[in-house]
Amino acid sequence: MSGEQKAESRTLLTPFNLIAGIILIAGLIVTVIRFTKGLSSVTNLSDYNPWGIWIGFDLMVGVALAAGGYVTSAAVYLFGMKKFHSAVRPAILTGFLGYFFVVVALNYDLGQPWRLPYPFIVGWGTTSLLFEVGLCVALYLTVLFLEFSPAALEWLGYSKTRKLAGRLTIVLTIFGVVLSTLHQSSLGALFLIAPSKLHPLWYSPYLPVYFFVSSIVAGLSMVILEGTLSHKFFHHSMDKTYLGEHDPLTLGFGRAAALVLAGYFTIKMVGLAAGNHWDLLTTPYGLWYLVEVIGFVLIPCLLYTVGVRDRNLTLIRFTSVLAVAGIILNRLNVSVIAFNWHLPFSERYVPSFQEVVITVFMVTLIILSFRFIVTRMPIFHEHPDYKDSH
Amino acid sequence: MAISRRRFLTWIGAAGAGLSTVNTAQASTLTQFKGHPEGLGVLHDTTRCVGCRKCEEACNTVNDLPKPDRAFQDMSVLENKRRTTTKAFTVVNSYPVGSQDQPVFRKIQCNHCLEPACASACFVRAFKKRADGAVVYDPSVCVGCRYCMVACPFEIPTYEYDNPLTPKVLKCTFCAPRIEKGLLPGCVESCPKEALTFGKRNDLITLARKRIARHPDRYIDHIYGETEMGGTSWLGLAGVAFKDLGMREDLGTTPAPALTSGALSVVPMVVGLWPVFLAGMYGMTVRREKIAAEETRSEIAQAVKETQTLADEKMAKALEKAQAEKRTALEKAEKEKEQALKDAMESFKKENEPGEEE
Amino acid sequence: MDIFYTLQDYLLHSESIVYIIMGLSLPGILMFWLFLTGRDNEDLK
Ligand code: SF4
Ligand code: SF4
Ligand code: SF4
Repeated sequence: MSGEQKAESRTLLTPFNLIAGIILIAGLIVTVIRFTKGLSSVTNLSDYNPWGIWIGFDLMVGVALAAGGYVTSAAVYLFGMKKFHSAVRPAILTGFLGYFFVVVALNYDLGQPWRLPYPFIVGWGTTSLLFEVGLCVALYLTVLFLEFSPAALEWLGYSKTRKLAGRLTIVLTIFGVVLSTLHQSSLGALFLIAPSKLHPLWYSPYLPVYFFVSSIVAGLSMVILEGTLSHKFFHHSMDKTYLGEHDPLTLGFGRAAALVLAGYFTIKMVGLAAGNHWDLLTTPYGLWYLVEVIGFVLIPCLLYTVGVRDRNLTLIRFTSVLAVAGIILNRLNVSVIAFNWHLPFSERYVPSFQEVVITVFMVTLIILSFRFIVTRMPIFHEHPDYKDSH
Repeated sequence: MAISRRRFLTWIGAAGAGLSTVNTAQASTLTQFKGHPEGLGVLHDTTRCVGCRKCEEACNTVNDLPKPDRAFQDMSVLENKRRTTTKAFTVVNSYPVGSQDQPVFRKIQCNHCLEPACASACFVRAFKKRADGAVVYDPSVCVGCRYCMVACPFEIPTYEYDNPLTPKVLKCTFCAPRIEKGLLPGCVESCPKEALTFGKRNDLITLARKRIARHPDRYIDHIYGETEMGGTSWLGLAGVAFKDLGMREDLGTTPAPALTSGALSVVPMVVGLWPVFLAGMYGMTVRREKIAAEETRSEIAQAVKETQTLADEKMAKALEKAQAEKRTALEKAEKEKEQALKDAMESFKKENEPGEEE
Repeated sequence: MDIFYTLQDYLLHSESIVYIIMGLSLPGILMFWLFLTGRDNEDLK
């Protein structure tokens, strides 16, 4: 026993843990300042720029990158890709953690976070797309929790409840896809109300469709990326099934991502044509737009395609990083970079150091919780007692 | 005293009469929403405004706002481009306009849109467009998401970022509490030049048209706010292009709620039809799996049968062989037995032959 | 029936009803699905 303890305290002092510890302390300090001194003490938000990176990154990017949950469970349970079954649990887990910390981060940004349930209790602002987003995120978080519960129940050893949860799988998956479709697209639709503030190259009536379609790309690419990373760090907790299904999964999801990216690129061009904004392409914002659409949509699409044709898993894994970066870029463009483009630079928003600290703090918390859970619960391996229960 | 002046178009009598004559037929699917018929408004005639900041001061007083950093008599603040803040619901900016030697002044405050973007965006219905024209805010429900600020095309609402516990959105209230009491809005009352005129919006539009018609050389032929973003209760007149006064001319006429109603209308379609489609996909998957399973099952059966016959044949052959072997073995054994008997008889005979002793 | 002077009021009213319908449809779909597939289980393994 004591020997084991020693081993543990030795492994606790890794460089990773050291950095994580520093981030946690910094994050806690900023948290205290934020909730005692108000938003202005830590953020660069202003009357012109009511939304910063806590919305632009933590919410917009967070929700998009947590799409792996619905994408994977839909692929496996609804579209019959049973052979990727072992990928569902890690994807659901990252999805759940992603959404959970989106909500946590939202509490930093809201002026009066304790009123978060107000929209559903005191005032149904049904004309607001934010109402739709809030309702869907709340429901979807519940769905994800239920979808994830079999793993936790197996870990805790409640086999009866586990069985019940198992029977709900299909219905939960369908609800998950419906809710995800709605709030992923509605996040884009949030900006429909501000045509005078968002640069015309990004503003489009198709914004909700763009956000939904690109969330599928985000989900697929994140599953590939997370698989690669987890492989590196959690190899020991993976069972044969997971390891055996990993390479075909990378290939299959790479193929799907290539397809969806091709469709996404097409509708982006359609939007450009429908808005007739070709002339704007030569402006600085236009060049930035081309960087996004060519460098982070078209090129990942081509690289995925080549990777799939050549069975080149390394290329597919590399491309997943590029595609994820493209999603981050897109969400930041819409919500921060190309938003308020008409204002002079002095009135534009640049995140403060403390805002970045909180964002990094959130990401660290996600990684730490993920690590805590996968090293304990049956995520990358099947629980011996429940081998045939799916 | 102020009530008798021209800045105030008769409205009290009309407000009562209006209620009894509201139109009742609104059954058409092509209904156009024209706003509250008795809605009030204010017309700001920038050609009359002298930039005295009296309205700013009055607004500060009637709303009990904190003392400004620089006194209202200090005209040097006009040199900076200012916006509404939590401490000033209205500000006057000066805009140097090329052809004129005098700068042009413009007052900024909430325009009290006919279809407010802030109200459409708020997910707790904190904003409300009242029948009297005012867009009012209820701080007791506001969550502080600041989506209203994102939505407002005129960049009016401000937020108390420095308040950790009860931050509020702040903006011009149209002096709603004063209007209820029959008083003029603070800013209108204090304007010494009658640059601000208060009255029913419909009447103000007529008045503005008259002014433009009477002095076509003095005014641009456009009433700012008549159609912008579906129209606003506060209107503007100017002698120079509105965009030179920092007023956006590219807002379009689409009211804010119409910008999002399309996306909203897709939501129930997804809720209704996505499960149908997905369940269908699932059904097809299950069926495919079942067929596949059946196929494998029959294949296995076939294979089993084949092996069975094969095995049977082998068995039969083996049996036959074994029997043949048995037969030969038996025959052999028989022969051997006979031979042994013969041998035994012979040796017995030999033994019993005479001449053989121990 | 109320008279709506603004698109905003009209949408607020109609969307609220739509949300109620959507809210009812969630358990509705669930129950419908269970009823529809209630007899399948016998031959579905
Ligand atoms: S000007 Fe802005 S704050 Fe005022 S009513 Fe219109 S949208 Fe709302
Ligand atoms: S900040 Fe308050 S008033 Fe503005 S949209 Fe959010 S909840 Fe509504
Ligand atoms: S109407 Fe009242 S609140 Fe609005 S600017 Fe005038 S004085 Fe200020």
